[in-house]
Amino acid sequence: MITSFLFKALDRRAIWVVSALIALAILVPASNLLLPSDSAFHVSNFTISLIGKYLTYALLALALDLVWGYCGILSLGHGAFFALGGYAMGMYLMRQIGSRGVYGDPILPDFMVFLNWKELPWFWLGFDQFWFAALMILLVPGVLAFVFGWFAFRSRVTGVYLSIITQAMTYALLLAFFRNEMGFGGNNGLTDFKDILGYDIQSDTTRAALFSASALALAASFLICSGIVRSKFGKVLVAVRDAESRSRFIGYRVENVKLFVFVVSAMMAGIAGALYVPQVGIINPGEFAPANSIEVVIWTAVGGRGTLIGPIIGAVLVNAGKSVFTAAFPEFWLFALGALFVATTLFLPKGVVGSFSSAMAWLRRRTAKSDTPVAEPTVRAAE
Amino acid sequence: MQHLIRFLIALLIVPLLITGVSAQTDPRSLIDAMAAGNLKARAAQIEALAAIGDAKTVPALQALSDGALYFRKSDKKVFIAQKSGKDFDLFDPLTAENIGTVPKGSVSKVRVNNSLRRLIRSVIGTLTLLSPDPQVRIAAAQTIFKTGDPDSLEALDRALVQEKAPDVRSAMELARASVILKSDSTDADKIAAIGLIQKGDGREAIPLLNEFAAQSDGPVSAAANKAIVEIEKTIALWDIGQTVWYGISLGSVLLLAAIGLAVTFGVMGVINMAHGEMVMLGAYTTYVVQEIIRNGYPGLFDYSLALALPLAFLVSGSCGFVMERTIIRFLYGRPLETLLATWGVSLILQQTIRTIFGSTNKEVGNPTWMSGAYELGGLTLTANRLWIVVFALFVFAALFVVLKKTGFGLQMRAVTQNRKMASSMGIRTPWVDALTFALGSGIAGIAGVALSQIANVSPNLGQNYIIDSFMVVVFGGVGNLWGTLIGALTLGVANKFLEPFAGAVLAKILILVFIILFIQKRPRGLFALKGRAVEA
Amino acid sequence: MTKSAAGSLLYLDGVHVSFDGFKAINNLSLILQPGEMRAIIGPNGAGKTTMMDIVTGKTRPDSGDVIFDGGIDLTRHDETDIAQLGIGRKFQKPTVFESHTVWDNLELALNRNRSVFATLFYVTTQRDRDQIHDILETTRLAARKDELAANLSHGQKQWLEIGMLLAQEPKLLLVDEPVAGMTDAETEETARLLREIAKSRSVVVVEHDMSFVRDLDVKVTVLAEGSVLAEGSLDHVSSNQKVIENYLGR
Repeated sequence: MITSFLFKALDRRAIWVVSALIALAILVPASNLLLPSDSAFHVSNFTISLIGKYLTYALLALALDLVWGYCGILSLGHGAFFALGGYAMGMYLMRQIGSRGVYGDPILPDFMVFLNWKELPWFWLGFDQFWFAALMILLVPGVLAFVFGWFAFRSRVTGVYLSIITQAMTYALLLAFFRNEMGFGGNNGLTDFKDILGYDIQSDTTRAALFSASALALAASFLICSGIVRSKFGKVLVAVRDAESRSRFIGYRVENVKLFVFVVSAMMAGIAGALYVPQVGIINPGEFAPANSIEVVIWTAVGGRGTLIGPIIGAVLVNAGKSVFTAAFPEFWLFALGALFVATTLFLPKGVVGSFSSAMAWLRRRTAKSDTPVAEPTVRAAE
Repeated sequence: MQHLIRFLIALLIVPLLITGVSAQTDPRSLIDAMAAGNLKARAAQIEALAAIGDAKTVPALQALSDGALYFRKSDKKVFIAQKSGKDFDLFDPLTAENIGTVPKGSVSKVRVNNSLRRLIRSVIGTLTLLSPDPQVRIAAAQTIFKTGDPDSLEALDRALVQEKAPDVRSAMELARASVILKSDSTDADKIAAIGLIQKGDGREAIPLLNEFAAQSDGPVSAAANKAIVEIEKTIALWDIGQTVWYGISLGSVLLLAAIGLAVTFGVMGVINMAHGEMVMLGAYTTYVVQEIIRNGYPGLFDYSLALALPLAFLVSGSCGFVMERTIIRFLYGRPLETLLATWGVSLILQQTIRTIFGSTNKEVGNPTWMSGAYELGGLTLTANRLWIVVFALFVFAALFVVLKKTGFGLQMRAVTQNRKMASSMGIRTPWVDALTFALGSGIAGIAGVALSQIANVSPNLGQNYIIDSFMVVVFGGVGNLWGTLIGALTLGVANKFLEPFAGAVLAKILILVFIILFIQKRPRGLFALKGRAVEA
Repeated sequence: MTKSAAGSLLYLDGVHVSFDGFKAINNLSLILQPGEMRAIIGPNGAGKTTMMDIVTGKTRPDSGDVIFDGGIDLTRHDETDIAQLGIGRKFQKPTVFESHTVWDNLELALNRNRSVFATLFYVTTQRDRDQIHDILETTRLAARKDELAANLSHGQKQWLEIGMLLAQEPKLLLVDEPVAGMTDAETEETARLLREIAKSRSVVVVEHDMSFVRDLDVKVTVLAEGSVLAEGSLDHVSSNQKVIENYLGR
């Protein structure tokens, strides 16, 4: 059963993407660690952490695309799942600091000592174990998505209403995590990490390993998404996206379909956050900002929703653009981003990849005069 | 001692009052008399001074109490003295005129002791009770009310005889009741006094009654305890009233922010994420108007808001018009795309304002008629909040009239209900769309004028309101103006009631969670439409 | 359960529904026997579509019994349950999954385990393939099986939808205006299709087109203002005075 699932997942395009990502996971760190720094093929420390960050963004965009592009659920709160995964990882990293903090307390993180807390709150217990933190990285976003989705999908909140309440969800979490009483470091968040799994978080090898982990996580998630999308369940997803009530009338339990894909997507977003935090060295409540979640939507839209490669390309393109822009003309980045939102929705509703593949299909039809359908499902107004 | 003094006072004053004859009525000579005599005589001198009932003598008495009253050894004239290096500056005790500086040795202090000070305090209370200024009289009565000094009883009675102003009278009666509690009056009198105190409002009455209840026993104590309970009940009611007011005030802010959205989202179904920026544009228009007025026509400052209102409506409205014509009209029927495109517009608008005005908060002033506060029973209503509530309701009513009573409103509703039908009946639907959107945006602009009075005017102003506005519209029920009104007020009041228990941030979180759950229960809001058409 | 519900396939008794005071269904009662085909006619606003909404779980009645297969209370189930119980529905406007191929549309509609995990690990079997081929033949869509549903003509979409209903293998089919907007040839073809379907299951057809109803040649129920006005053969009901006043006379 599982093998047939994976077999279906590996169509030609998926094989190409997965192998490219695995190659990236091996070659980039190798070049960073093995080649001399004056070599033309040497990847600098700066570049490796930058691309590593993009890869986690790409994973987040992929997760969003699974619910938005295929099931029509436009979540404006995926940043929340990302941030929760990040906090779970951050809590593990905080516990690894041990007595090396400013206040030297062997158990309590600095901010708790600062707030005069006497013992570790119950929800911090267990985070000194990596396996526990790893479990929480999946469970916390997953459970939140499950509870939220259970209520929302059962009562048939759809379309913009759903978008607005997902936004309210991440906004409520933003406000909550800003409070010192919550026990997650308030305004400043969690930072000053030292070790991960016993290795110095600042060292080149750790950095390279985190990069590889991000690339491999993206590859694995791509494979899972591809499997989901190519299965009959994937067809049900698209059916729900295009004609929700019709799907009900032929006997599909739409709320379960949505719930499953929402939870899977939230867990992927959590993994993305968990890989993001050790690479940037901080997690703070700002990650919950509604604006962040909407930005993820635009990465996905630019790349092309309803295609699995689209969000990856979109996330990398937009963020690379952001890096270039903010370095060269910091004033104009928001103009550019705003214009990107408008231009994409008006002129490129299928995104780069979607437009490219429909152009290719059109060309092929012109030349071959055959009327085979386009392999990718066409993207329609996801209502 | 105390009794003796009181006895002396009675001996002295009563005959004076009855006969109307006074040995000496000139305050200056009465004050000068204090240069002679021992402490016992001083009491009589103070009473004599008090007896003429002239509020001008208060500074001298106060100086005596403070030990700043001196007499000149040369002529035994009394002055208020202030130390100036080694010498004394002398001031006339009645007119406060500076008489000049004299060496330390040439003056001598008018002696005073604690029991005299007590007497002086009550005498001053009495004298200020007769002050020509009603505010001073009320203040004096309130002081007596707090101290409950039994010596003030006669003075109060005297003042009450000639008092005409009703508010001063009631303050004095309260003070008298307080005095009676401390005096050795009969239980019946005391119970009547308690009743009086209970009726007058006041947190101040509680410690007084508490103290009294602890000292006394029997029916009087019980009456006092009962009165405390009653007063606490009243105060609790006023507190609820105050919270409701704060809630209404917050609700009216929410209403202002959401009401334009009720048009664009509620009526047209367009998700305008740049709605908050329309509000922000309105606020910045107010700022610009005020800057121009400050620099050129400072006399017009009180009219700045009235000038800003139409301008803000135009600025935001035309911005909305352009948005609809260039972007939104291509996205009808695709709400999620509209959401993204308008979010892009909001980023551009924010950055434009940041580029022009900088990212710091701008100072927008309150006109004089919007500062100050009103008292209403136990409520305090600040003027700016009051005006915003009035304004929000006015905007709501105006919009309601436009939608329901004008031709444009009729066309608007027709287009939103059945575009094709409206179009075939000769309504220029694109035009109506653009104007409707402009109307919603313009209303957001005038909301910005009002919000500039209570919020920080910065490029992020809109961001702070956008989620709340959507919550209000969705909670109230999309497409229903009344729903928006009730939604805004309910959320405002609920927020303020939660704040004391949960703190401001947690209250907000709770409200958000509540709305999220509420939408699950009633996806179409409080006032949802029902029937077959809904899901079409 | 009410005694008379036993043995019937669909049993409606005393059903009321109102929307904001407007009585869409007013004391509606109707009994359908297994294997029966029934045509329902009535003027606009008679409550035909609302009746279908009630049977398929989209609308909950304010009061009354809706019983399926002699004992299942449909008011306690939602659309998905009811579809899985064996009631199929065809909408007035053809709704198929436009970004799927004809084949995928039918595969989605097949009466198989529809749970999340079953669909996730679903593998197409020979039996499924044969069944889909059969349906493609019946609905005359075999030549277009790899075409996106969006590219079908209006009539073909209607047939695809009927084909999807067949794939669902329902005990009861509710068909709402199946020939609206069809050419005469298509209409005849559709009547043939429905009669063939009715051989193996019960069908309720809502239709305006009188000649189509005559073609079907089945028992007719006339609805007006939310309740049953008359029942019987088309000739019988069309001679009914009340029906003439209410509907045909106009």
